[in-house]
Amino acid sequence: MTDTDLPGQLAEIREDFLALEQPDRLQLLLEFSNELPALPERYQDHPDLFERVVECQSPVFIFVEVDADKAVHLYATAPAESPTTRGFASILAQGLDGLSVAEVLAVPDDFPQTIGLTQAVSPLRLRGMTAMLGRTKRQLRERTLA
Amino acid sequence: MTVETDPSSSFAAFAHPERLVSTDWLQAHLGTPGLVVVESDEDVILYESGHIPGAVKIDWHTDLNDPVERDYIDGTAFAALLGAKGISRDSTVVIYGDKSNWWAAYALWVFTLFGHEDVRLLDGGRQKWLDEGRELTRDRESAVTVDYPVVERDDSRIRAYKEDVLSHLGHPLIDVRSPEEYSGERTTAPAYPEEGALRAGHIPSAVSVPWARAAAEDSTFRPRAELDAIYRDEAGLTGEEPVIAYCRIGERSSHTWFVLTYLLGLDDVRNYDGSWTEWGSAVRVPIVQGTAAGSVPTNR
Repeated sequence: MTDTDLPGQLAEIREDFLALEQPDRLQLLLEFSNELPALPERYQDHPDLFERVVECQSPVFIFVEVDADKAVHLYATAPAESPTTRGFASILAQGLDGLSVAEVLAVPDDFPQTIGLTQAVSPLRLRGMTAMLGRTKRQLRERTLA
Repeated sequence: MTVETDPSSSFAAFAHPERLVSTDWLQAHLGTPGLVVVESDEDVILYESGHIPGAVKIDWHTDLNDPVERDYIDGTAFAALLGAKGISRDSTVVIYGDKSNWWAAYALWVFTLFGHEDVRLLDGGRQKWLDEGRELTRDRESAVTVDYPVVERDDSRIRAYKEDVLSHLGHPLIDVRSPEEYSGERTTAPAYPEEGALRAGHIPSAVSVPWARAAAEDSTFRPRAELDAIYRDEAGLTGEEPVIAYCRIGERSSHTWFVLTYLLGLDDVRNYDGSWTEWGSAVRVPIVQGTAAGSVPTNR
């Protein structure tokens, strides 16, 4: 997949990161971390719906919703003392929000490695975001088969 | 030492009380010439989310590890790093971090490989500072670059390689990982990502003492008497033999290395940083599974 067919909002996130010097990329990641939306009320008492991303170092849980208009929404919870993990979840929650199932499934699995964080964050830590994307796609495949 | 030590009575029973400072001490000494405060965390942007005023950041992975080989940075890179953080060879460095100072202890151990003399931990780390409602700031790091000499790393005293561990068998080994990793049910800490060990279990004869047993609820180190009970009475360390501690990549065992060396005063403790991610993938090294330590293998 080339840059041009990455969904617009994901391409924009990538461009925003790549436009910055390394230390500023961490600041942007922190901004994403602070922007991770709270769960909608209807999901707040449903921990059963959420799947733990065990590849992440801190407890992060995700749930993928496909709404009546067939648009995808990713919800995630992660503790405040784990801002890196929150930032990863927030990038995906914002970047995937409102896309169609087919568009999300077509996002390259290596998207996390392409947004300029490999050096600033380290490849080991980035695995957490790769796992989040992988689990999001798997939930969608299961959802659409059912 | 550049800056006076913390005379707090709670540290008096430790073998080297000068290696710890309390949150009260640090609060009172912020801004003292010759003192540099360093935050070192597992989470790579926790510092950016708020840190102790004036503190600089050193990341275990992106700063202290060599980016290509599985090793620490060399003397030239260390000198450049510390100089850029405003640390001189005679600076008093106080390190603090998340997870009961787990990563802070790792950074302190690396500083010690380069022989930086006055490096201390903030007892209780980041969490205690936060719990006490003390000030954090999001100010950008603003260290003035100074000269730090190029000092070659000395791996001979406090670092063990795999070959050192093989020839050490028969002397005390402390496995500081979780019980599940020790017994071989899993190769990574519960809730941690797979970091690639092919086999599970522990080094024969190693005693299991999970690192966090040395930390109290408030992230401070446990009192001397409790640490003696754990490491001397229970694990059988006498101080008369050399000790090697290991975990998965050498970070949790840095915490234990700090406890054994500076709090209990054992004088020959090494950290095996290759740890399980090396041992558990190495060819033809002995491994024991289950909860028993297992016996020292005979030559084979």
